[in-house]
Amino acid sequence: MVEMRSAKQLNKKFLREGMWPTIFCNGCGHGVVLDYTFWALEELGWDMDNVVFASGIGCSSRLTGYINADGLHTTHGRAIAFATGIKAANPDLKVVVFTGDGDCSGIGGNHFIHAARRNIDITVIMINNFIYGMTGGQLAPTAPLGSIATTAPYGNIEHPFDICELAKSLGANYVARWCVTHPYQPIKSVKQAFEKKGFSLLEFLAPCPTAYGRRNKLGDIKKHWKWYDDNTILMEDYKKIMQYGSDEEKEKAKDKIQCGVFQDIEKPGFFEEYQKLIKRVQEKPSKGAKK
Amino acid sequence: MVYKRDPKLIREVLGNKVQFILGDMACVYGGILAGCSFFGGYPITPASEVAEGMARRLPRVGGTYMQMEDEIGSIAAVIGASWGGAKSMTATSGPGFSLMMENYGFAVMTETPCVIVNVQRTGPSTGQPTLGAQGDMMQARWGTHGDFEAIALAPSSVQECMDFTIEAFNLSEKYRNPVCVMTDGEMGHLRERIVIPDEKDLKLVERVRATIDKEKYIPFTNSQTQKNSKVPDFPTFGTGYHTYVTGLTHNEKGFPATDKQPDHERLVKRITEKITDDIDKLTNVEKTNLDDAEIAFVTYGATARPAESAVEMARAKGKKVGLLRLKLVWPFPEKEIIKVAKKVDKIIVPEMNLGQIVHCVKEYSCGECEVVSAPKIGGEMHLPNELYKYLEGK
Repeated sequence: MVEMRSAKQLNKKFLREGMWPTIFCNGCGHGVVLDYTFWALEELGWDMDNVVFASGIGCSSRLTGYINADGLHTTHGRAIAFATGIKAANPDLKVVVFTGDGDCSGIGGNHFIHAARRNIDITVIMINNFIYGMTGGQLAPTAPLGSIATTAPYGNIEHPFDICELAKSLGANYVARWCVTHPYQPIKSVKQAFEKKGFSLLEFLAPCPTAYGRRNKLGDIKKHWKWYDDNTILMEDYKKIMQYGSDEEKEKAKDKIQCGVFQDIEKPGFFEEYQKLIKRVQEKPSKGAKK
Repeated sequence: MVYKRDPKLIREVLGNKVQFILGDMACVYGGILAGCSFFGGYPITPASEVAEGMARRLPRVGGTYMQMEDEIGSIAAVIGASWGGAKSMTATSGPGFSLMMENYGFAVMTETPCVIVNVQRTGPSTGQPTLGAQGDMMQARWGTHGDFEAIALAPSSVQECMDFTIEAFNLSEKYRNPVCVMTDGEMGHLRERIVIPDEKDLKLVERVRATIDKEKYIPFTNSQTQKNSKVPDFPTFGTGYHTYVTGLTHNEKGFPATDKQPDHERLVKRITEKITDDIDKLTNVEKTNLDDAEIAFVTYGATARPAESAVEMARAKGKKVGLLRLKLVWPFPEKEIIKVAKKVDKIIVPEMNLGQIVHCVKEYSCGECEVVSAPKIGGEMHLPNELYKYLEGK
């Protein structure tokens, strides 16, 4: 059993204080994700010298800077490819990627797809706020139909990306979605993802009152956070309602965003397989090794 | 498991000391000899043989080959691997080189040692995939946005494809800058005899790793252990230095300083001066028959081969012609150019492009002599007699 610690103690242990204050706006959900991460790290008891964080560009990608550990803040969308290289050079390191919905599912979509397909041994934490926040509120690939962005002033007519469905179909070992209004489940889930071999994805729905809320009648922070309570549903609850619920309950639940662990399987990770390959070719260099 | 270079195993995997191989394969040999343990690549003609060669040999020496999803991912993984502690490289050609440009700049800004082999082909765009060119020379120098210094070598033989790949690793480790090996389709697909150096004759440079007290360590400043070095000590990920590495303008601690002019100036000046301060040490040229020359060819890479023949033809006819071959094109050997310009009446610059390096030759010859461009494009090399005609005033 882990000794209970206060958030203050955790911050002292895990925050890179020189980077304080953060760039985040009032009502932003990113800090909560950082908090889940700290709690998970605390419970795992990992040596922070062996944990590396990588990120791309955007608000979520700034999280690497606030953690007292090695961090590689890279180019837009490419963090997963950078992380692949870090892990390749030193498979003993734990590598975690912080990314946003635009960074991961927009510009970085291809790297995401292939890292998941290869089952690269990293955890990707994608914080989804439905918008390009840092650049001021442009349309994201995850934006709900009809939502307003500076570059979709008349309403979004594109269908939003479901990154968890994508990761599942690619055979990722662990896929989960949570919302920053969930108090406890995400900590356990972050722990599970961190400990998982192969590729793990955590999607966090997080409010962006500044860039998304204000344009979508959710500028009030409390109202914006409540939207997430009203519009998400735990996967188990959803299943129950769809099986046993009344028509009215079903009607209410059908458009809600499901949260939970969607996939939890065991497949060997890429680098485990690669070590086997090295061993194989070094033992039998003649097979397929000659030019 | 972290890679450990095993010289005996490497020699076993590479095979005989004397071989007859492709230029692309020589880049593979050079990389492996230098201790490269990560290669991230994507297929592209005429550079695919480098990836294929690495895919076969790297696992045998204990390294990792990864075929990435594209060239952007390749260079990204290569940079990540470098921070993980590996010597790492990629190989590509024009279209892939274009895709790499953003992360090329990231490597410059974050001072990441890594090697990019560019087996140049004709462009723009898809161009002539199987045919050689030298059209990316300026891209290597200016291709990524912002102020930076490039380091680029141009091999003129298969032996040099290997030797310069080793040298590229040495320079990238020393200066913590990406280094380009600017070969081309002609060199890459040429087969020649090479001699693999013995381990005792190999001069390998390793990045200076951070060793000082973690409390006293400053990640983005002059070396804290080497005198007069503007190259910071390298804090390999996983060694406890907890370094934040960002492509944003950063202060000496590595923290973003995006709205501070002095921080930006200090950073960019240091990362350019660490190279320009050493230009004399870096300069690497080969001089042939220049002592009494009245006309000189100044060229590099594959094009130096027909230029050499043209010099021989001229000398046989009693013409005083010499050749200055730039083994290292970037940073540009300014002093060598002015020396030649003061000595000769005319400099001819043959290139497999419409004239790129000729602009630098013009700039640094300071009007001391006539400078003539001798371009040839379309995937065919200059013939010696075509170059000879330039000696007779075209």
